[in-house]
Amino acid sequence: MSKLAQAPVLALHGISKGFPGVQALSGVALNLYPGEVHTLMGQNGAGKSTLIKVLTGVYTPDAGEILLEGQAIHPTSTLDAQNLGISTVYQEVNLCPNLSVAENIFIGRYPRKLGRIDWASMQQQATALLERMQIRIDVTQPLEQYPLAIQQMVAISRALLVSAKVLILDEPTSSLDEKEVDLLFSVLRGLREQGMAILFVTHFLDQTYAISDRITVMRNGQLEGEYLCSDLSRLELVNKMVGAPAATPDSSAAESRPVAGVGQQLKSFLRTRGLGRKGALTPMDLDIHEGELLGFAGLLGSGRTEAARLLFGADKADTGTIEIDGKAMSFHSPRDAIAAGIGFCSEDRKHEGAILELSVRENLILALQARNGLLRAIPMKRQQQLAEQYVKALGIKTASIETAIGTLSGGNQQKVLLARWLATDPKLMILDEPTRGIDVRAKQEIMDYVSALCRKGMSILFISSELPEVLRVSDRIVVMRDRKAGGEYPRGALDETSVLHVIAAGDTAGESAHA
Amino acid sequence: MSAVMNTPTASTPKKTGSMMSSPYFTSLVTVALLVVLLVAGGAAYPGFLSVQVMLNLLIDNAFLLVIAVGMSFVILSGGIDLSVGSVLALTTMVSAWMLQTWHAPPVLVIGVSLAIGAGFGAAMGAIIHYFKLQPFIVTLAGMFLARGLCYLISINSISIEDPFFVAMSQTQIPLGEEAFISPGALIAIVMLVGAIYVAHCTPFGRAIYAVGGNEQSALMMGLRVARTKILIYAFSGFCAALAGVLFSFYMLSGYGLHAQGTELDAIAAVVIGGTLLTGGYGYVAGALSGVLVLGTIQTLIAFDGTLSSWWTKIVIGGLLFIFCVVQRLMAMGAAKK
Amino acid sequence: MHSPVKPLGGHAVASAPTNSFVSMIVQHHLFRPLAALALLLLVDLLLIPGFFHVEIKDGHLYGSLIDIANRAAPLILAAIGMTLVIATRGIDISVGAVVAISGTVASTMIGGTMVMNNGVPEYVANTPMVWAICAAMGAALLCGAWNGFLVARMGLQPIVATLILMVAGRGLAQLMTDGQIVTVYYQPFFFLGSGYLFGIPFSLYIVAAVFIVTFLLMQKTALGLFIQSVGINPVAARLAGIKTAVLIFFVYVFCGACAGVSGLMISSNIKSADANNAGLLLELDAILAVTLGGTSLAGGKFSLAGSVIGALIIQTLTYTIYSIGLPPEVNMVVKSAVVFLVCISQSAEFKNMWRRAFPARKKGNAQ
Repeated sequence: MSKLAQAPVLALHGISKGFPGVQALSGVALNLYPGEVHTLMGQNGAGKSTLIKVLTGVYTPDAGEILLEGQAIHPTSTLDAQNLGISTVYQEVNLCPNLSVAENIFIGRYPRKLGRIDWASMQQQATALLERMQIRIDVTQPLEQYPLAIQQMVAISRALLVSAKVLILDEPTSSLDEKEVDLLFSVLRGLREQGMAILFVTHFLDQTYAISDRITVMRNGQLEGEYLCSDLSRLELVNKMVGAPAATPDSSAAESRPVAGVGQQLKSFLRTRGLGRKGALTPMDLDIHEGELLGFAGLLGSGRTEAARLLFGADKADTGTIEIDGKAMSFHSPRDAIAAGIGFCSEDRKHEGAILELSVRENLILALQARNGLLRAIPMKRQQQLAEQYVKALGIKTASIETAIGTLSGGNQQKVLLARWLATDPKLMILDEPTRGIDVRAKQEIMDYVSALCRKGMSILFISSELPEVLRVSDRIVVMRDRKAGGEYPRGALDETSVLHVIAAGDTAGESAHA
Repeated sequence: MSAVMNTPTASTPKKTGSMMSSPYFTSLVTVALLVVLLVAGGAAYPGFLSVQVMLNLLIDNAFLLVIAVGMSFVILSGGIDLSVGSVLALTTMVSAWMLQTWHAPPVLVIGVSLAIGAGFGAAMGAIIHYFKLQPFIVTLAGMFLARGLCYLISINSISIEDPFFVAMSQTQIPLGEEAFISPGALIAIVMLVGAIYVAHCTPFGRAIYAVGGNEQSALMMGLRVARTKILIYAFSGFCAALAGVLFSFYMLSGYGLHAQGTELDAIAAVVIGGTLLTGGYGYVAGALSGVLVLGTIQTLIAFDGTLSSWWTKIVIGGLLFIFCVVQRLMAMGAAKK
Repeated sequence: MHSPVKPLGGHAVASAPTNSFVSMIVQHHLFRPLAALALLLLVDLLLIPGFFHVEIKDGHLYGSLIDIANRAAPLILAAIGMTLVIATRGIDISVGAVVAISGTVASTMIGGTMVMNNGVPEYVANTPMVWAICAAMGAALLCGAWNGFLVARMGLQPIVATLILMVAGRGLAQLMTDGQIVTVYYQPFFFLGSGYLFGIPFSLYIVAAVFIVTFLLMQKTALGLFIQSVGINPVAARLAGIKTAVLIFFVYVFCGACAGVSGLMISSNIKSADANNAGLLLELDAILAVTLGGTSLAGGKFSLAGSVIGALIIQTLTYTIYSIGLPPEVNMVVKSAVVFLVCISQSAEFKNMWRRAFPARKKGNAQ
C-alpha cells in the first residue's frame, strides 16, 4: 500500500552484536513506518530482546546504524532513547504502583501553578489523555488498583506524552487475558490511525495476525525476512521461525528405542484431569505412562512451562486433580512432588536452578539431600562418589567437583542440574528446555542419556522449542498452543510439517481423541 | 472485532477495590486510636483533657516530632536512618562546646549545627546510593560515628549558660488566657507544615514517593534518583540537628548520652502514624499522629501512677507489632487477587 | 567448529601459574580477618608492654589475652547466632533485648537470700539454679521463635520483625526488675561468667562448646548446605525441595538461644541483672563481628570461625584503645570507620570502580 512509499521513521541497517561465546545479532535490518503495527517475531534465542535492547540504548551495537527520521542516533540509555523519541512499554510495567494514575503519567513534568504542583490541571489532562484511548477511569486512584492491562495503557499514555515517534511494546500481552488483549489492541489501532509507528514484540500467533500490518521474523540472530502480514500464512510464519525441517543428524538413537506403545498397554504413572491455573494454563488433561518419553511441543509461551510447574507443585493449580499410581495427590509445594517421585529441571537454570556460589558437588546432591532431610547428611565419600559418577556419565567439563558451578559453561551447568535430579532416581523427570543455549555436542550427550533412561523405565516429560529434537525422541507428543493443549499424537503420526500445521492452525484434522 | 471501548473493565478498580488497602486507612486508624486514647484518658483521670495537658504533649515531644518528620521522608523513600539520635546528641554537644568555650554567638552556633547535621546526612546518603549499600548498615555506622564524636568532644555533659538559649528554654508563648506553648513546639509545627507542603506540592516530594514505590521505575522514568536520595538523608540529618537545637533549649546541656534510643521512637512514631516501612505509602502528617499517640501513652501512664514507665516501651512495641502485621496482612490479601 | 565457550558467571578462572601456596593462603576466606587481628596484635605488641605476658596466679591463667577472650565471650556467642541469620539474608536486631530478658529472668529467679548455716551466713538461691537457667533459656527461645514466626510465616521483613522485639523486649525486662538492678548473691551462679576451670575461664568453655556444637551441626548435617542455598538462591532452594520456611524459623530460634546464653554470661559476670544496659548495642557489635569475619550481609556463604575472629577483633580493639590511653569513646569512632571500610570494600560498585581505575592485565585471555 501507500505506506511503503513513505520513508521509514525508524530504520536499522546491518546491526550486529556479539557477546563472549555467542553472536546475538548479525546483520539485522528493520524498517518501521509511521502508521503501522509491525510485529517482531522469533523463538527464544532468535535475538528479539537483544535487538530491542540495542534500540533502547541498553546495548551498543558492534556494527550497523540506527536511523531515526533519517538521522543516525546512538542512544546510551533507556532515558536517552526516550528523549530521542523511542518509548518502550515492557511486560512488567515500569511505573510506580503506589502513585496515582495521573501522577504516573505526569511525573517529571508536572503542570505547575505558582511554583506548586497543579493537581487539578494534572488530573484533567490525564483524564483527557486516557479518554483519547477510550479509557475512562478515576485517575486519582493508585495505579496498582488497576489490572495490568490498564497499567499498560497508562504506560502508553506516558510514552505518548513524551511525544514518542516510535512506540515499542515488548511482550505486553503475556499476562493479559482475552478481553484485556482486545482492549490493548483497540488502543493500538487508534494510535495507528493517528500515525504512530508501533513495534510489537510477541510470540503469540493469533495476536500477531489480529493486529499486525507487517511482520519481521528473526531466527538465530539473523533476519529471516520482512513481510506484509497478508502475504504470510501461519504455516509459513511458523516455518520461518522454527527453520525448515532440518536433516535429522542422528536418528539412530531414537529409532533404536523400542516404540513403547505398540501392542502393549503401558501402565499409567500420572494422570491429571482439568489441571489449570488462571492466567497461566487453560484446564487440560494429561496421561503419562511408565517408561514413556512424552514431548511437549509448541512455541514459546504456549503454556508448556506453566503446565510443568503445576505438575511439580511449583505453582498451585486452581483446578484439576492429579493421580499418581492411582492415588489422588495434591501438591502444595515441590517437596510433595519430589516425595511422589517427580523431578523438575527448570528452563531458567540461572535463577531457578543453579546455586551459583556453591560447588558442583553441592549443587548435584542438593535435591537428594533435601529429600533425605536435615539430619541424615549424605556422607562426604558418597557425595564425592555420586558427583564423580555423574561427571563421568554426563561428560561434565569441570576442573574438579569442588569448583563453583558459576564458573562452568551453560551446557555444563545444565548437566549438573540434570544430574541433581537424576540422583534422586525419580519416576518422572520433567525437563524444561534442557538443551537451550547449549552447544551441539552437549545437546547430543544430554539427549542420548535421557533416552537411555527411558529405556530403563523412567518417564520423561520433555519440553523443547526445537521441533526436530522433540520429534526425534518422543514416544508421544502433546502440542501446546497459546496456553491450551492442542492435540496428542503418538510417534510417527507427526512429522515436522504436520506439527507446524497444528501449531499454526490449532484444531485440525489429525487430532487424536485422547482418553 | 470492533471492540466497543467505553469504560471497559476499568471503571471500577478490579484488584483490591476496598478502602482497606489505601494509605488513608492506616493513617485514619492512628487518628482514631489517638482519639480513643484521649477520650479514655479523659474519662479515667480528671484534668487529663485540659488544654495545657494537650499542649504539653506537643511541647515535651517537639524534638521527637521534628525527627519524625525527617524520618518520614527517609522511610517513605524506602530507606531508614538509625543515626538521628546520635546526630541530635552531637548537635547538643557541638552547640554547648561552641557556646561555652568560644562564646560564639547563638545564631552562628545554630547555623553550624544545622550545617553539620545536613552534611552528615548527605554524606551517608551519598555512600548509600553510590555504593549501593543497605541504608540500615550505613546509618548504623553513622550512629556509632556521631556518638563517638560526641564523646571525643567531652565525656561529661557541658551546661549551656548562653542567655539566648536560656531565654528560649523559659519562654512561654501565651495562647489564650491560661495556656502557653514553647518556641520549640512552634518550630516543630512549622517544620511539619513545611514538610507536608513539600511532600504533596513539589516534584521533589513526589519523587520521594516514586523512589519508595519502585526505585528502578523511578530511574527509568527519568527522575533524578541520586539527587533525591542524597537530599532525603541530608534533610533527615538537618531535622536531627534541629531537634538537637530544640533539645538543648529544653535541657540546657550538651551530653553524649542524650537521646539514646530516640531513633527507635521516631521509627515507631512514623510506623504507627501509618507509613509503611517498606516505603512508598503514608503521609508526613502521620508523624504528628504517631508522636501524639506515643506522647499520650506516656502521659496516661504517668497519670496512672501505678504503672511503671517501662510499660511505655512494651505498649509501643505492641502497637508496632499490630500495625506491621496488619499492613502485612493487607499486602498479602491484595497480592492474592 | 567453534571455540570453547567462555565460562558464564563472570568469574575469572584462576589461570595455572598462580596456584602457589601463597595465593592459596591469601585467597582463603579467613585470611583477611586473621590478618586484621594479627595487625592489631602487632600494634599491641609494640605499644603495650607486657601485652602477651601470660602467667599463672592463684591457679588461674592471667594476662591480657585471657582477659580479652573472656570479655569477648558474650559477643562471640551473639555473633555465632547472628551469623546463621545473616546467612539466610536476614538480620536480628533484638539480640540485645533478649540478652536483657534472659539475664533478668535468671537473676530474679535466683536472687539469693541469706540464711544462717551453723552460724555462718550463706546465700541460697530463691529457685534452684538449674530451673532458673532453664527458665531464662526458655524465655530466650520463645523470643527467637517469635522473631522466626514473624519472618518465616508472616513474611515480615527481618529488620521490621526484630525491631518490634528490640523495642518491646527491653521494656519487658525493665518491667520485671522495675528498672532497678537486681543483685545476685548466689555464689555458684558467678561461676558461669567469672569462674575458672583448670585455670581457664569457664566462659571460654561455654563458647567453645557452642562453637563446636554449631560447627558440627553445620558440617555433619545438611544444615550448612541448606542455609547457604536458601541465602544464595531461595527460589532454587525451594524448587530443590528444601523446607525454606522451617529453616528460616530455626535460625531465628537459634539466634535467640545464643543470645540467651550470652545474657546468662553477662548477668553472671556483673553479678546482677541490669535491664537498662545489659546487652545495649550488642546486636550492632554482633553484626559488625559477622561482617568483619567475611560473611556478606546479602546472605549465602558464611563462616562461623570468621565471626569468632571478628568478635575477637572488636574486643581487642576496645582493649587496645583503652590500654594505649585513648579515651574509650574513640572506640566508637574507630568501629564506625571499620564498618564503613569493610562495607564499601565489599560492595560490587567499589570493586567495579577499582577495576576501572586499575585494570588488571590478563595474560593471554581474550577480553
